[in-house]
Amino acid sequence: MTALLISFFSYRFHVKTTKTKSFIGLIIPLCAVLLALAIGAIMLLSLGANPISGYATMFGAAFGSVEGFSETAVKSIPLLLVGVGICIAFRANVINIGGEGQMVMGALLATAIALAFPDIPSLLLIPMVLLAGAVGGAFWGAIAGALKAYFNVSEILSTIMLNIVAVQFMNFLLRGPMIDPAEIARGTGIPQTMRLTENADLPILIEGMRMHLGVVVALFVAVAAYILLWRTAMGFRLRSVGYNPHASRYAGISVPKNVTSALAFSGAMAGIAGAILVFGSESHRMVTDGGSTGFTGSAGFNGIVVALLAGLHPLWSIPSALLFGGMLVGANALQRAAQVPSALIIALNGLIVVFVVSSEYFKQRTLQAGRVEQEEDDDE
Amino acid sequence: MSDSFAVMIIVATIASGIRLATPFLLASLGEALGQRSGVLNLGVDGVMLLGAFGAYYTVLQSNNLYYGLLVGIAIGLLIGVFYAFITLNLQAEQGVSGIGIYLFGLGMSDLLFQKFVGTPRPILPFMPLDIPVLSGLPVVGEMLFQHSIIVYIAFGLVPVMSFVLYRTTYGLNIRAIGENPEAADSLGVSVMATRYSAIIIGNGLAGLAGAALAIELGIFQQNLTNAMGFIAIALVYFGAWSPKGVMIGSLVFGLVQAIVLQCKTFGVIPRSASDLAAMAPAIITILALVVVAKRFKQPSALTKPYVRGG
Repeated sequence: MTALLISFFSYRFHVKTTKTKSFIGLIIPLCAVLLALAIGAIMLLSLGANPISGYATMFGAAFGSVEGFSETAVKSIPLLLVGVGICIAFRANVINIGGEGQMVMGALLATAIALAFPDIPSLLLIPMVLLAGAVGGAFWGAIAGALKAYFNVSEILSTIMLNIVAVQFMNFLLRGPMIDPAEIARGTGIPQTMRLTENADLPILIEGMRMHLGVVVALFVAVAAYILLWRTAMGFRLRSVGYNPHASRYAGISVPKNVTSALAFSGAMAGIAGAILVFGSESHRMVTDGGSTGFTGSAGFNGIVVALLAGLHPLWSIPSALLFGGMLVGANALQRAAQVPSALIIALNGLIVVFVVSSEYFKQRTLQAGRVEQEEDDDE
Repeated sequence: MSDSFAVMIIVATIASGIRLATPFLLASLGEALGQRSGVLNLGVDGVMLLGAFGAYYTVLQSNNLYYGLLVGIAIGLLIGVFYAFITLNLQAEQGVSGIGIYLFGLGMSDLLFQKFVGTPRPILPFMPLDIPVLSGLPVVGEMLFQHSIIVYIAFGLVPVMSFVLYRTTYGLNIRAIGENPEAADSLGVSVMATRYSAIIIGNGLAGLAGAALAIELGIFQQNLTNAMGFIAIALVYFGAWSPKGVMIGSLVFGLVQAIVLQCKTFGVIPRSASDLAAMAPAIITILALVVVAKRFKQPSALTKPYVRGG
């Protein structure tokens, strides 16, 4: 995992480093997170809350009870799925900032399917809506991929633009064709669909808890992504294109095709996240507030944090997603207990991104200065 | 409907388009400066949000709009120093660290707003600043010369920035290190110092853009910018990295928005269709990106950290 983080950044910086396995690679990003949390403590202090009891409240609420953990697991689902998608894209040296839009498009297609076929039995309808989510997200990702591969348009910009298009398209559908008829009748006009068919409800795993089938789906996708990347020819091609496009072309690997499919895979996972957000929600409908993060709650961006902390490894993304999901749950508890607005956590996530990315510099330097014993690593 | 009424509406739409273009213009001028020096800043939206809150809160407390603008700029400059440090000294990956700055701004501005303001209270925007003679002109006067001071500042910055970029040594240095930092360095241009200055000024402009937005709207709320900062980044590509191009792009965006708003007020199109129309700017940008990618070349050193002898 460590080696992967290093090798990823060396692709991006074009720095020649031998893959090095060392625990420095693990410690330094963790220090970056701790530094961000320390700044969070200062923020808590200046907001008039005791940082120690504040963090205790957060982690207690998120991991201290079965109910809390169940809530954390549910919050982690979109983060894990988007994060795993980010791992795949970044491995192919494609920066996918479009998780937000891909989630929205996946959710819209899945919702449309549920609205169109409410009578199909659960056993068939649930796989159908999840697949629809994947297709919607993959389509949206593939657009950005094709623009990069064939028209040389930076994926960073195109994914950002596609986010805006997707959100406006969702606002249009949820205020127009797909709006809950009851909202029109009442005149409240909240942009949301009607309560979707019960056949598409994701089954609850433990009676009385929030944890639902989505957790299993997300874990399954994470493992599948791992297998895809390191146990299939397709995954080899993706990583090869990311590591050295020129050499890959000589080896007969199509760079444009793989760039497009990397974004399609990445989008598919975000799309599934969007679908789960709809069918695993307590209200069982698709709802937004008209704002740019109204539906996703920034999960499309927060997934980037998850993947970065996990060293772009799908399996390490699982604990990473749980950590950030826990922070979201904890933030809500903190808001109730100490009147600290839960927006704190979005700010903290931002700091964590910045610090983890910046910590790469210290890692490279430590590795060079210490002349840590370099050894061959099989890239896992 | 009489002709004079139609003229009135057109004039009002264009005037409001110019007003709406202003925050885009300020932010994308700043972004263009940074990118010309070879540094991509994806955090514009976050900087704008913090600048907007800072300005809004200052005006709420002091009742002085100019203090608000200054605070907006100051916040932008501060974040600029931080961003320059992490991208230049620590060589952090620019695409991802910018998203970190965005998330920080998104969360922090909301946090501060909820903690220190809570319920939105409106502030009074700038009065239009009349320019003698020009403002009195029929049609043109109302369209171009009855705006608030921020609008004049923003559009005044376009020739200033063109001059700096293309007619001064400093501008030449910026363009040189954006294209070939090694060559510039070998001629004694400090890559570090020049990039630092470009990033700091660029972020200051983003902060000002946020302040301008909050003061223009007279309000602050969670996610006030609603991804405007991201559009500002795209406008830099749209305008092919030239101040004039960026201005044209901002005006197109402002006008499209104004037309959509006008149609909404007159009920020409239903509310839901206006959401569809709001997709237009982003789609236009994607198409423009395809053209720009073909015809223009981005600064060669964009997003590449400079390491001496590296």
